[in-house]
Amino acid sequence: MHNYLARRLLTVPLLLLGISLITFTLLNLAPGDPADILLRLQNPGVEPPREAVLAFRRELGLDDPLWTRYSRWLGQALMGDLGVSYRTGGPIVSELAQRLPATLLLAGASLGLAVLLGIPLGILAAVFKGSPMDGMARLLALAGATVPSYVLSLLLILAFAVTLHWLPAIGYGGIRHLVMPAVALSAGLAAQLMRLSRASLLETLTQDYMRTARAKGLRERTVVLRHGFKNALLPVVTITGIGMGHLLGGAVIVETIFGWPGVGKYAVDAIFLRDYPVVQAVVLYLAVIFLLVNFGVDVVYRWLDPRLDFAGRAG
Amino acid sequence: MPQPLQRFLRDPSALLGLAIITVAAAAALLAPLLAPQGPTLVDLERRLASPDRHFWLGADHLGRDVLSRVLYGARTTLGAAGLTLSVIMVIAVLVGILAGYHGGWLDTMLMALADLLLAFPALVLALAIAGTLGPSLLNVMMAVALVWWAGYARLIRGMVLSVRQREFVEAARAVGAGDWRIMVHHVLRNILGPMVVLVTLDMGLIILGLSGLSFLGLGSQPPTPEWGAMLNDGRPFLQSAPRLMLYPGAAICLVVLGFNLLGDGLRDLLDPTVVHGWKSPRRPG
Repeated sequence: MHNYLARRLLTVPLLLLGISLITFTLLNLAPGDPADILLRLQNPGVEPPREAVLAFRRELGLDDPLWTRYSRWLGQALMGDLGVSYRTGGPIVSELAQRLPATLLLAGASLGLAVLLGIPLGILAAVFKGSPMDGMARLLALAGATVPSYVLSLLLILAFAVTLHWLPAIGYGGIRHLVMPAVALSAGLAAQLMRLSRASLLETLTQDYMRTARAKGLRERTVVLRHGFKNALLPVVTITGIGMGHLLGGAVIVETIFGWPGVGKYAVDAIFLRDYPVVQAVVLYLAVIFLLVNFGVDVVYRWLDPRLDFAGRAG
Repeated sequence: MPQPLQRFLRDPSALLGLAIITVAAAAALLAPLLAPQGPTLVDLERRLASPDRHFWLGADHLGRDVLSRVLYGARTTLGAAGLTLSVIMVIAVLVGILAGYHGGWLDTMLMALADLLLAFPALVLALAIAGTLGPSLLNVMMAVALVWWAGYARLIRGMVLSVRQREFVEAARAVGAGDWRIMVHHVLRNILGPMVVLVTLDMGLIILGLSGLSFLGLGSQPPTPEWGAMLNDGRPFLQSAPRLMLYPGAAICLVVLGFNLLGDGLRDLLDPTVVHGWKSPRRPG
């Protein structure tokens, strides 16, 4: 097991290298000369003279080949320096760190909500298969898979902020600000978890060891929860991990709608202002989180099912 | 009547899905005939006008007819999603067959690239690419296609590997069929069933992705009618005219619902491993 996990951990830097190389190349193909943009920022309203731009390009090392620039960027990134924002001139690392708590709060609340809603509802739907309860759960799961977070966000604002005045429409602050963005962001994942835990539990309930557990005279609740659910949990853990990545992606849209000062909004603002170093940094940061979460999922997976032999699995 | 078709006709939710998609496709194709007026015709006198007998859904903040924009929006949204999916399929089929049939270093490299893309949330990467290329519908479509092919390519490669060993492929080779002919005629035909299910379910996801990026302002640009962009246009009028955002929002949800229902029905039909009625969700990759 440790062997597998160690090898798995080793692939993380390789994947990060790949992701950063792709985004770096892309951003360097993008139109707009960073030297020109920076000079305009430093002297607002002044058309930078051609020679100044060229000199500044040399100073920034922008005329070096792509490979040189990438290794320089990588070296700095490894030292914890992700460069300077074109827009504010401030170091990106600290700007990112400033916005991180808001995003983690939103993503964490959404993940918790999705797990607490989706998994119990899925279990109930499976245990009472064919009942009105099951039908309700199916409807909810379909709705969650169908209504995108941006439509749900607007509907929530319309209902609870504009019409009922119960919650603030936008902004960042107490728990009242958190409710709507968290619900909007969690709906899709909750629906997915509900479908999966239902299907997975139903599949498990037909296994031989379930019959054995019942034959031993265990109470039905113990049979379902201890023997059934623990085994049904495996695919649910995987989807939760993958869902975490999608939460971070979805947070980009939800944060923009609710004016939530997180990393997602930072990225969207940067995209519109062509603040490429920031875009590059955010993509890298998301990749790190995503890969680490995936790694964590693998560890949990292994702990849940010691039978698994990862040696034969590619990754 | 063949049995699967009968089963399909007895599945009310799949039929509902098919009906929704048919209506949406008809709206897209017949938009010029159905729309009361041009989708970009500005009439400031009718700014935010309420629905009436002639203009059933009222007018938007520039006095443009909302019904016409929703109908033409079906064109943009469905057309863009369909085109994107076609590009994805072309890339995926080429990569999948090349990797599966050629094997060796080419296989290793292509699949490493696919894993790299699969290891990352598609929307974030698409956002970064679209942001780099600059806001436009075509750029967003390219961005989505570039990050979406990997799952299909893996699937096709896996099937190529398993089909390659089967007798009918050897038989085809024995009678002198070339590699390419074998791939197209024998391999692709055998993976058609699972692909149809995946493609139907993915249409919904791609529509959500494209509209989401357009909602952010990265995709479709004004005055082109597109549902995600219309939703964004309606945001400032959430209080005074919520219908501006309700209609395009409902349109997106309906079409996605249609593809989800149809996809689920087709999976029941084509995939014998489905358990107990309402299906396990697709596992990524």
